[in-house]
Amino acid sequence: MKNEMLEEDFEDKVASDIRIEPNDWMPKKYRDTLIRQISQHAHSEIVGMLPERNWIGRAPTLKRKIALLAKVQDEAGHGLYLYSAAETLGTKREVMLDDLHSGKAKYSSIFNYPTLTWADMGAIGWLVDGAAIMNQVPLCRTSYGPYARAMVRVCKEESFHQRQGYEIMIALSKGSKEQKDLAQDALNRWWWPVLMMFGPKDDESPNTELSVRWKIKRFTNDELRQKFVDATVPQAEYLGLTIPDPDLKWNEAKNQYDVGPIDWAEFWDVVNGNGPCSSQRIAARIKAHDDGAWIREAATSYDKKQRTMANSYV
Amino acid sequence: MDTQWTLWEVFIRSKQGLDHKHVGSLHAADATMAIKNARDVYTRRMEGVSIWVVESNLIHASNPEEKDAFFDPANDKIYRHPTFYEVPDTISHI
Repeated sequence: MKNEMLEEDFEDKVASDIRIEPNDWMPKKYRDTLIRQISQHAHSEIVGMLPERNWIGRAPTLKRKIALLAKVQDEAGHGLYLYSAAETLGTKREVMLDDLHSGKAKYSSIFNYPTLTWADMGAIGWLVDGAAIMNQVPLCRTSYGPYARAMVRVCKEESFHQRQGYEIMIALSKGSKEQKDLAQDALNRWWWPVLMMFGPKDDESPNTELSVRWKIKRFTNDELRQKFVDATVPQAEYLGLTIPDPDLKWNEAKNQYDVGPIDWAEFWDVVNGNGPCSSQRIAARIKAHDDGAWIREAATSYDKKQRTMANSYV
Repeated sequence: MDTQWTLWEVFIRSKQGLDHKHVGSLHAADATMAIKNARDVYTRRMEGVSIWVVESNLIHASNPEEKDAFFDPANDKIYRHPTFYEVPDTISHI
């Protein structure tokens, strides 16, 4: 088929909600956008384990510890689903990891903030996973088949992540004054970075229009951010905690909350690698990768040896 | 040295009596490791009772660009379906 015909066929499929599969023809820009988005998403899952790992050994009870362990293990799994989905587009695992380690590839800015107290485990589950779910549920219907299928699995598993976080917040906010202060402090520190997780404002997000047309994204950054705020404010009220935004108020006419200005300078600073924990996170990833090198090499040698022995019997 | 392990496709039987279904892929150095990794990646919540792994490069597929021509032979054979044949409403068990 000629290129124009292929392109027309592709646009028709996307328009009529027919999924694009790995061996189907697709525009280069569609492929590149997906590789970038899916690998970033995978990196976020992998780097996202680090702030929580910090508290596994110090979880206050065995119940909290097994929940946190299971959550972190899920995140490793989610990273693997997503790397596999990206590989169906022709990129390689090694290339993606190299790009993460060199700083070329991005991951969610939220994971560059520190986890200072146990309440941060509550705030991360409640807010960070809440925001991630808001973003991921529509991605279950994204136009690229392997990405959509990976997201279905992720969403199924992730709802416990948010619930266990909110349960931690309930326990703290119904506890002693000291505990409630910890919960409020965590909300104060995480609220704005979580709103930034949805990405730049629509008019400053050059990729959004094409991504929406190609149904890679089903909602814009601002739409998702608004949905998140509207869903989260009542949850904060139930906890008796105050959202650190003096301008936050219900807008009767628009039937949604108005929020104060987001500090985009901070967002871009973190995206560009200057977050409080940016270098620490990448250093931890590189160390884990390097420390695992001997295992990868040993497993490869073992496989080679097994194959040689099997062949020598023939 | 090249540390890119072989890519495997993973198939899981969710319960006895059902067929194995493709769930995704993963990297592993050999089949034993692929099965163990598949267990950890794809069955953390009792999603399976049996796992198959197949090296991805051993799978041969029909060409999506030739889909229309390739599946065309079955396209106009409505007489292969039971609704093609008329049977009076009063007749049952058929």
